[in-house]
Amino acid sequence: MSKMLNLNLKVWRQSGPDDSGHFEEYTTTVADDASFLEMLDYVNEQLIADNKEPIAFDHDCREGICGSCGLMINGQAHGPQKGTATCQLHMRKFEDGANIVIEPWRAAAFPIIKDLAVNRAAFDRIIESGGYITVNTGAAQDANEIPVPKDAADAAMDAAACIGCGACVAACPNSAGNLFTAAKIQHLNLLPQGQAERFQRTVTMVDTMEEFFGSCTNYGECQEACPKEISIDFIAMMNRDYVKSMLVNRRRLGERKIG
Amino acid sequence: MTQAMERQGADAPVVQPTHRSGRPWPVEFFSTAIGKKWVMAVTGLGLMGFVFAHMVGNLKMFLGPEEFDAYAEALKTLLYPIIPETGVLWIFRFGLIVMFGLHITSAYQLTRMNHRARPVKYQSPRDYIAANFAARTMRWTGIIVGLYLLFHLADMTWGLLDPEFVKGAAYNNLVTSLKRPPVAAIYIAANLALGIHLFHGGWSMFQSLGLNSPRYNNARKAFAAGFAIVVAGMNCFFPIAVLTGIVSN
Amino acid sequence: MALTLDAKIPPGPLADKWDTHKFDLKLIGPNNRRKFTVIVVGTGLAGASAAASLGEQGYNVKVFTYHDSPRRAHSIAAQGGINAAKNYRNDGDSVYRLFYDTIKGGDYRAREGNVYRLAQVSGNIIDQCAAQGVPFAREYGGLLDNRSFGGAQVSRTFYARGQTGQQLLLGAYQALARQIHLGTVTLYNRMEMQDVVVHDGRAQGITCRDLLTGEITSFAGHAVLLCTGGYGNVYFLSTNAKACNVTATWRAHKRGAAFANPCFTQIHPTCIPPADEFQSKLTLMSESLRNDGRIWVPKEFDDNRTAGDIPEDARDYYLERKYPAFGNLVPRDVASRNSKTVVDEGRGVGPLKNGVYLDFSDAINRFGAETIKARYGNLFDMYERITGEDPYTEPMRIYPATHYTMGGLWVDYNLMTTIPGLFALGEANFSDHGANRLGASALMQGLADGYFVAPSTVPGYLSGLLGTSVMDTNEAAFTETAAASQSRIDELVAVKGTRSPDHYHRELGKLVWDYCGMSRNRAGLEKALTEIPALREEFWSDVRVLGDPNGFNQSLEKALRVADFMEMAELKAADALQREESCGGHFREEHQTEEGEAQRDDDNFAFVAAWEYGGPNISSDSILHKEQLDFENVQLTQRSYK
Repeated sequence: MSKMLNLNLKVWRQSGPDDSGHFEEYTTTVADDASFLEMLDYVNEQLIADNKEPIAFDHDCREGICGSCGLMINGQAHGPQKGTATCQLHMRKFEDGANIVIEPWRAAAFPIIKDLAVNRAAFDRIIESGGYITVNTGAAQDANEIPVPKDAADAAMDAAACIGCGACVAACPNSAGNLFTAAKIQHLNLLPQGQAERFQRTVTMVDTMEEFFGSCTNYGECQEACPKEISIDFIAMMNRDYVKSMLVNRRRLGERKIG
Repeated sequence: MTQAMERQGADAPVVQPTHRSGRPWPVEFFSTAIGKKWVMAVTGLGLMGFVFAHMVGNLKMFLGPEEFDAYAEALKTLLYPIIPETGVLWIFRFGLIVMFGLHITSAYQLTRMNHRARPVKYQSPRDYIAANFAARTMRWTGIIVGLYLLFHLADMTWGLLDPEFVKGAAYNNLVTSLKRPPVAAIYIAANLALGIHLFHGGWSMFQSLGLNSPRYNNARKAFAAGFAIVVAGMNCFFPIAVLTGIVSN
Repeated sequence: MALTLDAKIPPGPLADKWDTHKFDLKLIGPNNRRKFTVIVVGTGLAGASAAASLGEQGYNVKVFTYHDSPRRAHSIAAQGGINAAKNYRNDGDSVYRLFYDTIKGGDYRAREGNVYRLAQVSGNIIDQCAAQGVPFAREYGGLLDNRSFGGAQVSRTFYARGQTGQQLLLGAYQALARQIHLGTVTLYNRMEMQDVVVHDGRAQGITCRDLLTGEITSFAGHAVLLCTGGYGNVYFLSTNAKACNVTATWRAHKRGAAFANPCFTQIHPTCIPPADEFQSKLTLMSESLRNDGRIWVPKEFDDNRTAGDIPEDARDYYLERKYPAFGNLVPRDVASRNSKTVVDEGRGVGPLKNGVYLDFSDAINRFGAETIKARYGNLFDMYERITGEDPYTEPMRIYPATHYTMGGLWVDYNLMTTIPGLFALGEANFSDHGANRLGASALMQGLADGYFVAPSTVPGYLSGLLGTSVMDTNEAAFTETAAASQSRIDELVAVKGTRSPDHYHRELGKLVWDYCGMSRNRAGLEKALTEIPALREEFWSDVRVLGDPNGFNQSLEKALRVADFMEMAELKAADALQREESCGGHFREEHQTEEGEAQRDDDNFAFVAAWEYGGPNISSDSILHKEQLDFENVQLTQRSYK
């Protein structure tokens, strides 16, 4: 049977991008089988009943896949449970009487829209700069004409699992976007289909990333915060491809398989 | 490069794309954060080689003054007479200065970049999981090691801090300096900082260089820890050996 | 308005229809394409793929999403896979078999021509996605792996772990990002469509609310493509994402687009039952769990023992008992209805007695916990996260939930609605799934429409407009529509009532679920038709929308969506009432066989119910048009899973 929890919340409220913002404190009582966002829904219902403006926060699928949600919960991106997005975090992970501090992601590249909602369009700009394989609709050959070694396909899938939530940036003491960018680059760079544009892609995406974000100093905090547990091994692979992109003679790329 | 959109409200900050074309590739490479990290890793690796060789050379102190002084003298006459006396030593010194210079410049510029990336800090305490003490204090342990380096040069090379300093009498200078407990304490503290710096740096360089394979990934952290313990441990042991009289004049 | 339903199915043999039609469609030369502006609303599989493909051809595309990024559309949540008639397994699959299975699975309420085309292009979708770098599962030889899904007798489902929807959407999103970079597509994020602008008898643009500033802005185009998904959130609790809504299609309906088969909704049998009144949405567990799990409830009514304490002879494995041939693998609708029956009888399990057990203990005993972990580990973890119960030691609890809507805007063979120039793609249209959708076919249809159908048929429409420019958004048609959108917002904000939008959404959901959910009857539907309008009236007099309407305001966003669900729900109930038969996802209790199975009435109901908007009293004002379905290639049979 579900148990009721009394909670003391400290929530960041900020009316708009230009407001300086402040914490507000709330108390609430919810069942422990509510999800974290359902707890916030309930607080919002209480606020509306009291004629106060509800807390704005981004969320959508609530299945941990769309990447919309993302809150700093007690100093951890997506809260205390490893490999779990905020929407999949449930209140049974908290004690009765717990104090919970909720803040938005903070980074220069993620301006706050309102309360806990931030703008992550910088991620889209990185993808637009080269996070694709150039193939027009209709131009593809039969899918089985490009064999992909199972290990490579699995590794690419590990990278491609990224949901673009921004927790890596939020958790990084440097606000670096390297885990996101590396996951997107390596998803494509690990596949045979991605070889033609491999070095061009790496350069443009890294350069775009660096326009917005801090640098990676290998804390490993991103990997711990990532709801899909994407490995920082991909960052190392990206670094290697980036260095190579400065050195390889790209006119010879067609000659052999690029190691 | 970036798509500009006419939107009001909070959008991603508008940034001017940097135009890098036309510059020589090393300059271009060093202008990027990944390039700087690569330079930090390569120079760090060079400096690690230096501290390791330095530590190994210092072991000669346990063989007595003659061996130690002969070693110090031999460094000056490396490859002599093919190369003039102290020639090779100056090549090493020049290399070390360049490596330190690049290492520090990169660190400084990256730190500035990282501060810009989060102008408003978190307003509540952070709870770090992976970012350990060593990783979060790199810039402080780095500064400590840098200042210690100047102290060490002033003490042992230039002889500015020790009235009993005799140029060329390396063994003697070492013992008289480290016999003073405050100096020994500085050496021990600084080498602990060096150990902490190496503990993160010795692992971090593999990532920055892109050296990553399931075959040896587990060994990377062990290498860094082992290296830090051996180098810092031995370096700390030298002043202790002098203070306890294991090494004495 | 006199509405005529001309499906424009090309003549000729089934297999040649699409090729003939493509040849007959007029083309536009590359030099003229940039003179056309195409508006695409929504960036799910259908929207992103259509926008990217039209951009590649050289059209000037504007694409709109209410999310912060196109990648967040709910297509991303699909788990299982995507069907394609590749026959890589040499197990007898073919385009014709996929066509046949889809028609039959849809209980013969879909058009032959459309479905055949879907099966035809299914293989090209896989080719396209693989070339884009979608990391499909591979065999050791490096070739694509397949699995059998949803009870299909052939292995034709391609998958990327349990995240096929995510990977396909990212593929389409990346293709879209490339076009944005090249400048052929302009992205408008955090923009929610409010209305379609119809002028001179054709769709000429849309109005949107900028979710950041609250401003109503208008955009003009030569054609408008609605790729805005289904209306499953009319139930409040569903597996849809929280923001999924019917606004775009409903607004289009009110401007003259016929809405087809709104009563066809698919209920997915394996979802996690609600735990308490805080529940905001339901989570789907992949259907593949039924391959190894056994479904049961206690034989006794109100049995309060825990699962482990109930001995074998006191358990009722009701699916295995009633359907010995298919057992736990009966189709979705059959499994769902039987769960409802046992729970309604009072034999439900769990704290709220609202689920049935899905038990893996036999499978664990037979194969070992390791094997089960390898097969379903991530699903078990997800279940554990949500419920706090360990499915390795106690049986899962499951219950059906709304998952997909087969109904949607009526479209012809070109995917054009009854408003010329207004197209509907993907789940937003009604076209391919009939009364019930097969597993792993939603992704296929979204991408078929977006990559292959619309990029051929939209230019066919545009070719007739060569030489015309888009309307000026200062013209009356635009300013009037924008003013209407604004006044609707003002009206909602001015109510200043006592209850939140979510409260009304939840109330509406309960009504629709109780009376127009898994099984329906005349009395219930008639009750719904009186209670829904009453609730709508209460909503408009008592809803409370706080905060600044001229800024980021999620309460207002919700209220606007709920307002449209209130109207749509009524049409859904009206449609369910008129369809005096049981078929697919629509089960009328009056129409069942002696064994309690769905009974179709092909003589009287083999038609598409296309509703024309007639006025604010939805159930009495709406006008029903019937598009007769002709089956020239398949024989209509009754489904049987005994």
